Amino acid sequence: MTANAHALAAYNQRKGFLSWLWTWLSTVDHKRIAILYLFGGGLFFVIGGIEALLIRIQLAVPQNDFLVGSTYNEVVTMHGTTMIFLAAMPLVFAMMNAVVPLQIGARDVAFPFVNALGFWLFFLGGIVLNTSWFLGGAPAGGWTAYAPLTTEFLGTGSDFYLLGLQLSGAGTLMGAINFMVTIINMRAPGMTFMRMPLFTWTSLITSTLILFAFPPLTVGLFLEFFDHIFHANFFNTAKGGNAIIFEHIFWIFGHPEVYILVLPAFGIISEVVATFSKKRLFGYTSMVFATVLIGFLSFMVWVHHMFTVGLGPMANSLFALATMTIAVPTGMKIFNWLFTMWGGQIHFTTANLFAVGFVPTFVMGGVTGVMLAVPSADSQYHDSYFVIAHFHYVIIGGVVFGLLAGLFYWWPKMFGKILNETLGKITFWTFFIGFHLTFFPQHFLGLIGMPRRYFTYFPDEGLNTWNHISSIGAIGMAIGAIVLVINIVITTAKGQKAAGDAWGIGRTLEWSIPSPPPEYNFAQTPLVKGIDTFWKEKMEGNKKVTPAEPLGDIHMPNPTILPFLMSIALTIAAYGFIFANQTSASRPLCLVIAAFGIGLMLLLMLIHSIKDDPGFHYHKEEIIEIEKGAE
Amino acid sequence: MSGANHVDIRTLSHPETATLEGKNKFLGFWFFLGGETVLFGTLFATFIALRNRVATGPSSQELFSLPLTFLSTIILLVSSLTSVFAVLAMKEYKIRQMQLWFWLTVVLGLAFLGLEITEFKEYVHEGLGYTTSAFSSSFYTLVGTHGCHVLFGVLWISALMIQSYKKGITTVTAPKYYVSALYWHFIDVVWVFIFTIVYLLGILGG
Repeated sequence: MTANAHALAAYNQRKGFLSWLWTWLSTVDHKRIAILYLFGGGLFFVIGGIEALLIRIQLAVPQNDFLVGSTYNEVVTMHGTTMIFLAAMPLVFAMMNAVVPLQIGARDVAFPFVNALGFWLFFLGGIVLNTSWFLGGAPAGGWTAYAPLTTEFLGTGSDFYLLGLQLSGAGTLMGAINFMVTIINMRAPGMTFMRMPLFTWTSLITSTLILFAFPPLTVGLFLEFFDHIFHANFFNTAKGGNAIIFEHIFWIFGHPEVYILVLPAFGIISEVVATFSKKRLFGYTSMVFATVLIGFLSFMVWVHHMFTVGLGPMANSLFALATMTIAVPTGMKIFNWLFTMWGGQIHFTTANLFAVGFVPTFVMGGVTGVMLAVPSADSQYHDSYFVIAHFHYVIIGGVVFGLLAGLFYWWPKMFGKILNETLGKITFWTFFIGFHLTFFPQHFLGLIGMPRRYFTYFPDEGLNTWNHISSIGAIGMAIGAIVLVINIVITTAKGQKAAGDAWGIGRTLEWSIPSPPPEYNFAQTPLVKGIDTFWKEKMEGNKKVTPAEPLGDIHMPNPTILPFLMSIALTIAAYGFIFANQTSASRPLCLVIAAFGIGLMLLLMLIHSIKDDPGFHYHKEEIIEIEKGAE
Repeated sequence: MSGANHVDIRTLSHPETATLEGKNKFLGFWFFLGGETVLFGTLFATFIALRNRVATGPSSQELFSLPLTFLSTIILLVSSLTSVFAVLAMKEYKIRQMQLWFWLTVVLGLAFLGLEITEFKEYVHEGLGYTTSAFSSSFYTLVGTHGCHVLFGVLWISALMIQSYKKGITTVTAPKYYVSALYWHFIDVVWVFIFTIVYLLGILGG
C-alpha cells in the first residue's frame, strides 16, 4: 500500500471515501485495473447468471407462465449479451492485466492511459446496456441481433444494445492493442518469444484476434444503428438492402470472438496444469504453434454459423472443412495437457481441479462442434438445444472453467491472500456436477427437437424430464457461485497471507516477486534464462531471479482522471443517440446532447495531448524500504 | 524513460523511436491502422454488395463526375507528399520547415473536405438522400467515414502544430508528429481505393 500512498500523495490530499474513490477512478496501474476488470466482470457475471436462472425457472415445467413472450426474449438476449461481452471478455482482461506484465518481467503496460480508458469504456458500455431494463425495455433480438428483426421490428431496446456494445467494444479494442505492444516491446532481457509463458502467448494471439475481429463488429453495429436511428437502408429490403450482409459481418466478428475467449483459457490451463504437476509444460513449441494456428483458422470458419442460410454447397463444404481442421491444433493441446500431467506430481488444488475438469468437458464440446461442422447434419441441429448444449460446453467448460482455475491460481498474486481451499473444492464440485446436469440433457432436448429461444413447450412432447433435470442442475451452478462469493468475503476478512511464491512451486516470473506486487512490479528487471526461468533459478539454489540491471530510480506514470471523463463523455453521446429514437419531439435536443458528448470527448483528447505527464520516480532508498517490508 | 533529454537530441537520427514510449506509440499505431484497415474493408465489402441497389433513386452513373473526384484525388495525394516532407524535416530538426509542410497538409485536407461537402450537396440536390436507397446509405457511410477521418486528421495535425511552437521537436513530441503523418498516409491510401472502387467503377458501371 505504500506504493499507492505515494502516488496519491503526489496527486491530491483528499481523505477518506472520496480519496479511495479517486484512487480507483484515476488509477493507471495495470494491477489495479485488473481488479477493476475482475469486479466489473464479476458483477455482470452475477447479473447474467441470475438471468440464466430465470430462463431455467421458466423452462423447468411445460407451459410455465413465469416469463412469457417478449419478457422471455429480453432475458434470453440479455443473458447471452451480458455473458459474452460484459462477463467473459472483462474477466479475460482481468487475468491479462494481472499477469501478463509480471510474466514478461515488465514494470507496466505499454499504454497505461489507454488501459484505463479501455476499462472505463467497457464498464460504462455495460451500464448503458443494462439500464435498458429501466428505460423502456431491454433488447430482445437475441445476442446476435440479426437484421431486420433488430432494425425494423423491435422497439428502442435495440438502441441500448447497439450503443452499449459500441462503447465496450471500443474499450476492448484499445485493450488489445495495448497488450500486443506490451508483449512485443516490453519483455525483459532474455525473454525471447519462445521463452514466453503460454498464458502470455495466448494473450498475444487473442489480442491480435481482437484487433482484426472487433472492427467488423463496430461496422456491423454502426450499420444497424444508422438503419435504426437515421433510417438508412443497409438491411431494408424494400429499398434494396440485404439483411444477409449483417449475418456475414456479425459472424466474421462472432467466430473469432469464441477463440478470443477460449485461447486465454487455454493459456491459463497450460500454466495451472504445469505448475501443479511440477513439470515443464509438455510440447511447449507445439502449444505455441497450435495457438497461432487456431488464431489463424478462426477467421476462416464464420459461415458454419450460416449453413442453413443457403449459400450453396461449395461455400458450405469449404467452410465445413476449415471448421473441422481446427479440431487438429485443439487436439494437440488436449494431448499436451494430458502428457504434462503424465508422470507428474499432481497437486489437486482447486485451481488444478478446474483445469483437470476442463479437459474432458471441453473435449465433449469439441466433439459436438465437429458434429455441427457437417452442413447436412447441421440442418437438423440448427437452432435447436443441441447447439445450446454445444456452446455452453465450450464456453462454460472451456472459458469459465479456465477463468475459475486462473482465479484460484492467481488470486494470491492479485490480493496477497490464498482463497480457502475447502470452500474452493465445494465450489468446484457443485459447479462441475451442476454444469453437466444442466447442459448434458440439452443435447437430447435438441435431438428430440426442442428449438432454442422458445419460451415454453407442451407437456406431451417428451421434453419434460430432461428440462426438469436441466433446471435442477442450474441450482448446483448457482450454489457453486454463491460459495465462491462467500469464499472471497471470508478470505478478504481473514485469509491466510500468501508468500511471493504463493504455491511454493511457481515456475514463471510472477511468482518471483511479492504478493501483491509493489506498484513498480520488479525492483530490478529480471534476466530471463529460459522457459520457466524462476523454476530454473530455484533448481540452481537461488532464491531470487538474477537481475539484469543495478538497483536504481524507477519512473512511473501519474494517475489521471481523464480516461474516466472520456468514457463519461462517450456515454453522454450514447444516451443522446438512444433517446433521439424514443420520442420524436425531443429528437433534436437529444442529437444536440449526443454532439455535445462527442465534442467533450474531442476536447478531453486535446487536453490529453497538451498536458504531458512527467510521471514520478520511486527513489532507490524507497524501493529498498518497500522490498524489505514485503519480505 | 523519458529522460533521453539529457543527450543532445540532434544526435538521434530517429527521434520518433528513440525512447520506449516512442517505440510503443509507433508499433501501437501500426496495429491501430491494421484495425482501421479491417474497418474500412468491411465498409467497402458492404458498399460493393449494395452499390447497384438504387431502388427508385439515382444511380452512380447518373451522379458521379470524373473531373471533380480526380481533383479531390490529386489534392489528397499531394497532401500525402507534403506530410512526407514534414517528417523528413522533423528528422533533420528543421522545425520551421516541418511546420510549413504540416500546415500545407492541413490546408490541402481542408480543400479536400470543401470539395467533398460541395459534392455531397450536389448529390442531395439531385435526389440522392441518405435514406434514398441501399446504394445511397452505403455510399454516404463509406465516403463519409473517410471524410470524418480526414476531418479528424486536420484537427489532430493542427492541434500538434499549434503546440509545436512551444514544445519543439523532442523525444516526446516527435513520435506524435510521426504517427499523425502515418495516419494521414493511411486515409490517403483509403481514398485511392474509394476513387477506384466507388468512383471509377461507378462511372464505368462495371
